[in-house]
Amino acid sequence: MMRRLIALLAFFFLPLNAQAEQVVAALSQTRVSVNANFDGSEILVFGAIKREAAIPENSPLDVIITVSGPEHVETIRRKDRRFGIWINVEAQVIGHTPTFYTVASTRALHDILPPLTDSLWKITADKRILPGMRGLPAREALIRLRENDDLYRTREGEVSLIEDTLFDTSIALPSNIVEGTYTTRIFLIRDGEVIDSYGTSINVQKVGIERWLYNLAYQNALIYGVMALAIAGIFGWGASQVFRLIRR
Amino acid sequence: MQIFLPIAEVSVNAFTLLGIGGMVGVLSGMFGVGGGFLITPLLFFVGIPPAVAVATSANQIVASSVSGVLAHLKRKTVDLKMGMVLLAGGLVGSAIGIQIFNILKAMGQVDLLVTLCYVVFLGIIGFLMLIESLRAIKRARGRPAGRPERKKHLWVHTLPFKMKFRASGLYISAIPPIAVGVFVGMLGAVMGVGGGFIMVPAMIYILGMPTKVVIGTSLFQIIFTAGFTTMLHAYTNHTVDVLLAFLLLFGGVIGAQVGTQIGLRLKAEQLRIMLALLVLLVCLKLGVDLLITPKELYSLGV
Repeated sequence: MMRRLIALLAFFFLPLNAQAEQVVAALSQTRVSVNANFDGSEILVFGAIKREAAIPENSPLDVIITVSGPEHVETIRRKDRRFGIWINVEAQVIGHTPTFYTVASTRALHDILPPLTDSLWKITADKRILPGMRGLPAREALIRLRENDDLYRTREGEVSLIEDTLFDTSIALPSNIVEGTYTTRIFLIRDGEVIDSYGTSINVQKVGIERWLYNLAYQNALIYGVMALAIAGIFGWGASQVFRLIRR
Repeated sequence: MQIFLPIAEVSVNAFTLLGIGGMVGVLSGMFGVGGGFLITPLLFFVGIPPAVAVATSANQIVASSVSGVLAHLKRKTVDLKMGMVLLAGGLVGSAIGIQIFNILKAMGQVDLLVTLCYVVFLGIIGFLMLIESLRAIKRARGRPAGRPERKKHLWVHTLPFKMKFRASGLYISAIPPIAVGVFVGMLGAVMGVGGGFIMVPAMIYILGMPTKVVIGTSLFQIIFTAGFTTMLHAYTNHTVDVLLAFLLLFGGVIGAQVGTQIGLRLKAEQLRIMLALLVLLVCLKLGVDLLITPKELYSLGV
């Protein structure tokens, strides 16, 4: 009860604190172009802490950076043994979850981020991804599957903070990312509270031939299908002609 | 060299895909099978989403079959008349198969049905072919001189609507080839393959066609069945990835030519034993996957 009250008061007085120390940040790129040789991308997140007064010395400063991908509705299926074989017995449609989620921090999260602050700002994957469904096997499986695919990651101690003023980290976007808007959030943490935050976004989009083929496949499916068959036919015929010439 | 596939939305090594295409192409040329039952699991293995893998392999099968059939046409080892009759049945079968597929999709058990179809049909056909080929080899060894084989009178010879199939040296009713076409077309649509691995044994054992023309004729009708499947996937599900297909078929058409040459140099019995073993191997792998406890009970997506 007491802790909850303190958290509430902290939240109330947040704007006042935010004046004291503010985060100024930028990304190495705000647009990721997915072209034919796209093989993942590294985004550098860097910035500085702007302050009017001297650096407070009694408490340490920490930085947490999160990157969240576009949200999709997923179907999760469970297998079970029926008649001696393993088959899908149950399908569950699971609400909006980000297809990608990374949390990077200056130090171990449990040292700098109390559960209440975490809940309030939805920082860790556990608080960000369907927190209302915690304990449900389907939700835990979703997180586990995404973690195994390196789509959900927690990278503690990977943000470097110099002189409590300059910070940077690099976020790796994998090659199997989904197109859309990726939101980046940067939190300044002092005494287990968020004293300032900053948000920006990265736009991930297919370009060139990738974009053209994708649009054609969805908007002119008939033409796309005919094209696919034509390519197949021409190549099949071409190969047999080439081989005939070789053997002659 | 990594390449990003626009529809599959994953980045894969281009040479891996060329290699898969080439390998399946060789088998396709050798045995007259489209190779769908091999290429689809291989694509799953390299991380292509299943829906895209199934649709795109149909597209690649068209290319390798065109390439293979042209080589056979030059050698006059294609029974075009028989091919057309089979195809007529095949297209009807595909239309029925697609209906069955959609009903099961609505019931959410399409994966299971496809796997079970694979296990059952690959198992039966592989086993029958293996036994038959071994017996044929034993017979050939037992009587090296060999007496001229008597023309067998199969039950198919008693049906009406007889047609002459000159290239196959057959004078049989049109009903069995149409029925075979319908059945294979139906299975092909449900399993997402051309159906060559069922068509080839059906032609040999049910229709009594000579092995020499079976492969070319099978390839001929697979072009159209696989083409129909490709169109359907492209139009309704948008799951055909032309970039993926391009890489697969580039390897595939070359492989098919090589395979056709190998096939012409091998004895029919050897060819059949090899195909039987291959079919049984894939069947075993799929069957084992159904029986052992999976590491992860949950899966995401369709």
